[in-house]
Amino acid sequence: MMKTSLITAAILTVSFAGHAMAEGTLDAVKARGVVQCGVTTGLAGFSNPDEKGNWNGLDVDLCRAVAAAALGDASKVKYIPLTAKERFTALQSGEIDVLSRNTTWTQTRDTQLGLNFAGVNYYDGQGFMVAKSLGVKSATELDGAAFCIQAGTTTELNLADYFRQNGMTYSPVVFDTSDQTAKGFDAGRCDVLTSDQSQLYAIRIKLEKPDAAMVLPEVISKEPLGPVVRQGDDQWFNVVKWTHNAMLNAEELGITSENADEMLKSSNPNVRRLLGLEGPKGTGLGLNDDWAYQIVKQVGNYGEAFENNVGANSPLKVSRGINALWTNGGLQYAPPMR
Amino acid sequence: MKYDLEPTLPAPPSTTGVLGWLKRNLFSNATNSIATLIIGYFLVTLLGPALQWTFIDSDWFGDSPAACTSGGACWAFITYRMDQFMYGFYPDTEYWRINTTFLIFAVAIVWLVVDKTPYKGYVSVFVLFIYPIIAFYLLYGGSFGLEVVETHKWGGLSLTLVLAVIGIVAAMPFGILLALGRRSNMPIVKSFSVIYIEFWRGIPLITVLFMASVMLPLFVPEEITFDKLLRALIGIILFQSAYMAEVIRGGLQAIPKGQYEAADALGLGYWKSMSLIILPQALKLMIPGIVNTFIALFKDTSLVLIIGLFDILAIVQAANSDSAWLGFSTEGYIFVAFVFWVFCFGMSRYSQNLEKRLQTGHNTR
Repeated sequence: MMKTSLITAAILTVSFAGHAMAEGTLDAVKARGVVQCGVTTGLAGFSNPDEKGNWNGLDVDLCRAVAAAALGDASKVKYIPLTAKERFTALQSGEIDVLSRNTTWTQTRDTQLGLNFAGVNYYDGQGFMVAKSLGVKSATELDGAAFCIQAGTTTELNLADYFRQNGMTYSPVVFDTSDQTAKGFDAGRCDVLTSDQSQLYAIRIKLEKPDAAMVLPEVISKEPLGPVVRQGDDQWFNVVKWTHNAMLNAEELGITSENADEMLKSSNPNVRRLLGLEGPKGTGLGLNDDWAYQIVKQVGNYGEAFENNVGANSPLKVSRGINALWTNGGLQYAPPMR
Repeated sequence: MKYDLEPTLPAPPSTTGVLGWLKRNLFSNATNSIATLIIGYFLVTLLGPALQWTFIDSDWFGDSPAACTSGGACWAFITYRMDQFMYGFYPDTEYWRINTTFLIFAVAIVWLVVDKTPYKGYVSVFVLFIYPIIAFYLLYGGSFGLEVVETHKWGGLSLTLVLAVIGIVAAMPFGILLALGRRSNMPIVKSFSVIYIEFWRGIPLITVLFMASVMLPLFVPEEITFDKLLRALIGIILFQSAYMAEVIRGGLQAIPKGQYEAADALGLGYWKSMSLIILPQALKLMIPGIVNTFIALFKDTSLVLIIGLFDILAIVQAANSDSAWLGFSTEGYIFVAFVFWVFCFGMSRYSQNLEKRLQTGHNTR
């Protein structure tokens, strides 16, 4: 009898706790007072620890923005470094609330893993880097070239597809890590180094003479990278999605971390809606009315995050390219906040 | 007639001094001479530039890559981040807790190593039973007014040492029990030990860590989350005890049958004969094997980087991805290799010292 009641109690406890979990990630985050964010174990410009152990990067800024929106404090983030293989398990098992880890949005991942992609904070794609002295201006001139590739990535398959489509040949030189790939390129083992464009810029800095290498304009694959949340929690999905949208809209409206306070006096209705002075405010999301103001004030708009982490103000010097706002000929476009 | 002894002539010049030594050791015949020349050529061409790069053309301090102007190794990358490589993301006001933990451990170990210190028995009991509790409260905190430092902030060399020391210390008793179990006459105990040992020896450590980190969370309900470091540690201990068991079984088998019979003849029971007669002799024989396993484990701890724990190797790799300091991976990997070498060499010297001290005449030297 005693045993049965113990087991029943245990089952009840477990199911009760399960119910608490189902109540919603946003409530759990508010109760915990911290957003658990899955990041990489170190990827230049996207998420990596500095010498003081503080995390920086474009993906990290998204985590901070979510914390600013949900909790009003961008520093309330617990960073969980994850390798590529464990990232989805960590999200599914509830170890993290949001995965902001350079993750490509594909149909399989979106539909079969119980996950939802909340947007695209970086449009990446596979590109080519060559020595300037080669005099090559386009990837179509690369017939017969030797390519330095990192093993075990989709890079290899994309390259094979691209060359078959164009009826050209190439010889692959495969390396294990990006460090070795850079060294191989330096040593002249290959003419061309191919990788995702975001990586090419980081690899370029590792070269002995970064200025002697250039990134070609062609992009041969689509790698939209973005934050991921668990499927079935629409409220939290909305919070992460609109966090990203708010950063984009803030850039479009010219609201930055520096002028956010002055903008509170603005008469532009779009600005006033974004800063929570009128319009939908935070009710639909279950957030404070100033949620978007907190994001911009504490983290900055998308343009600031981009330029500080990967763009002109960082050593990587990645150009905005297709990551520019739609108003500037790029793909970053957010629905209006009204 | 001449009665005085002829004065002793000095040895021929070709056999003494530098020339003699050279001739005897390096140029004694044609093959050796050629080998000497080839090796000498490589030493001069490789070692010279390596030393030049490491010491002469190197920059040791600075807070940005701009400080590295000499063209050689940029050790500033290491020195600037030394705190992080040692302590990981541990808050810097709490570094003293890690220092104290390892200082106590070092003092206790030295106490046990040095010959003429008293109370060795008490110190061993302290290290095995009381120290782990102190270490836990110092490192993790949560009581005695210490703030909690969650394990995801642990990293660097201190995490490597935590993994290695706990793996080594905890695997030892399990290993002894498993080895005794495998040699037991009781069928259930014996088959359990055999199955356990063969199972864990049959899978690589990387699989164990991967299972612990990726698969285990899928099998338990969502709200139960085991600490990731704890999962990795349990995996390492389970794995390591299987290897330890086989090393200890090897030692047990080397003890002559007469010793077992003598223990029986004295009327000692199983546990008494094991702990008083067999194990003290066997453990001495096993020292090289045990230290070998320890060194292997110490190096294996770097595998935790595949489950996103920042041991010293992983944290150096993460530092390599800092966009302000890209391109210093060579310095980073050399530093990690040096740290590992220092610890492994230290362990191997300690084992030689232990063997000499416990030497009671079993080997034939």
